[in-house]
Amino acid sequence: MEMINIALPKGRLGEKVYRIFKAVGYECPSIEEENRKLVFENPEKGVRYFWVKPSDVAIYVERGAADIGVAGKDILLEYAPDVYELADLGIGKCRMCVAARKEFYDEGSNTLRVATKFPRIARTYYSSISRDIDIIKLNGSIEIAPILGLSDVIVDIVETGRTLLENGLEPKVDIVPISARLIANKVSYKFKNEPIRQLVQAVSAWQPEEGKE
Amino acid sequence: MDAELILKNDERAVFRLRELYRRHGYLPYKMSKFEEYDLYVRNKSFLVSDHILTFTDVDGKLMALKPDVTLSILKNSNSGRGLQKVYYHENVYRTSPASHGYREIMQAGLECIGPLDSYAVGEVVMLAARSLETISEEYLLDLSHLGFVSGLLAPLSLSRETEAALLKAMGEKNVPALRQLGREQGLPEETVEALSRLALLYASPAKALPVLEELAVTEGSRAALRELQELWGLLEQYGLGDRLRLDFSIVNDMNYYSGVIFRGYLPGLASGVLAGGRYDNLLRKMGREGGAIGFAVYLDQLERFGQQSRDYDVDVLLLYDDSRTPAAVAAGANAILASGKTVRVEREIPDGLKYRELRDMRKEA
Repeated sequence: MEMINIALPKGRLGEKVYRIFKAVGYECPSIEEENRKLVFENPEKGVRYFWVKPSDVAIYVERGAADIGVAGKDILLEYAPDVYELADLGIGKCRMCVAARKEFYDEGSNTLRVATKFPRIARTYYSSISRDIDIIKLNGSIEIAPILGLSDVIVDIVETGRTLLENGLEPKVDIVPISARLIANKVSYKFKNEPIRQLVQAVSAWQPEEGKE
Repeated sequence: MDAELILKNDERAVFRLRELYRRHGYLPYKMSKFEEYDLYVRNKSFLVSDHILTFTDVDGKLMALKPDVTLSILKNSNSGRGLQKVYYHENVYRTSPASHGYREIMQAGLECIGPLDSYAVGEVVMLAARSLETISEEYLLDLSHLGFVSGLLAPLSLSRETEAALLKAMGEKNVPALRQLGREQGLPEETVEALSRLALLYASPAKALPVLEELAVTEGSRAALRELQELWGLLEQYGLGDRLRLDFSIVNDMNYYSGVIFRGYLPGLASGVLAGGRYDNLLRKMGREGGAIGFAVYLDQLERFGQQSRDYDVDVLLLYDDSRTPAAVAAGANAILASGKTVRVEREIPDGLKYRELRDMRKEA
């Protein structure tokens, strides 16, 4: 049987995703052992899992090193990979927001300085409302930018909003809701159509049990 | 030694493709490397990437290194009697989001321009399938018809943005996004359901056509279905049945394309190696009557296809020194060549050369 290669995002989201895959019959015992391996196989179920950096999942899938993968909608919007987006897993939910200091008011006459990890999403949003902006690309700790006056606003992922609140910031505009998506390489989807289709069907049909997740 | 073994995958493919197209009466088309930039500005969204390498010619004209072949062929084609059937083998220069820069891409392909009928369309799609066949026994040719989806959408008179968003979601086989768009835009549920089923459809025509019959509820989609059925009948006769798939997630800009579009894939290559379709609308934009259909094979992709890696550079490394006369060395080399092996003749073992066997004709040996 031909194996399906599955790229999982390293971290909490990826572990949650693996639990879903396991729950619908694609378990892989070796992945649950504590070890330093990078690739995990279960030939019986025809699956091979590997962990990659969340922002790299889309690249592995687009280039065909992984047949399918799970990536946040934020990553898909930012990198716009040429892949199929087959299911919304409904986990890892959060939203892409514009946030700023509570007292910030955008009177609209100056170029808006926007700090973000997601320049494409920020640019698309502001060009949709025809606002002139200056993008400041950062790689982390975005919240500090408006506090230190590096930027007027930030465009970032907001889950609960607690970090923002504790730093005197608040979400101003919701740009787009984010959740984890099941993506597939376009060519793999064609040549491994049957097994991928089955897997997608099983995973899309999965419902969180009461009280869990 | 088999001469074909020396050729790289893409070179071998070019030979076979040219022969294939010539056998079917297509004429070679050779064009200049450069084209006036203006041609591409007027048809920018027809191009795969919108970056174009430009330079100023000696007379001050802005020129471009061809990012595309089809536009040049169309521009230079005349509207005489009968069809124009041409094939080409050219380099084009374009960027791709994944490559972060310009790349030279070798393309081979053909165009058929003029008063097209079902036979002519079928012939081009058949040649697309045969093109893939010359490269690999295992391949898939995906077919779609733009008229089917646009036929379903036409009665709704959607805004440009909504239509573009729907087509984008179709292209991603993104059913959740289709449903969400349907809700946001208040589209009829049957249409959204039909689009969702179409997006996920991936099957041989024999299996897919009955499904399409159910979904073809508008005049436009029924016309498209009839065309597909006719095409399928023809392709089955060519014996291409089991390598074809219908896939309505292939979407192209409807400003240029119309009717049948198709994409070819080989196992293990992460992106398509063949793309084509009918582009009557582009012809019309250029002020011309009639139809046009064609495709291109992206030969640069083949570099990574089924490559047998070589473990060594030569079969035999033959070493000699002054103790041997040149005639003796030549005789030794000839003997090795006559046995069908490759040979490299040297005084010392060269750095970095990998050889399978060493024959030492030096005095000490």
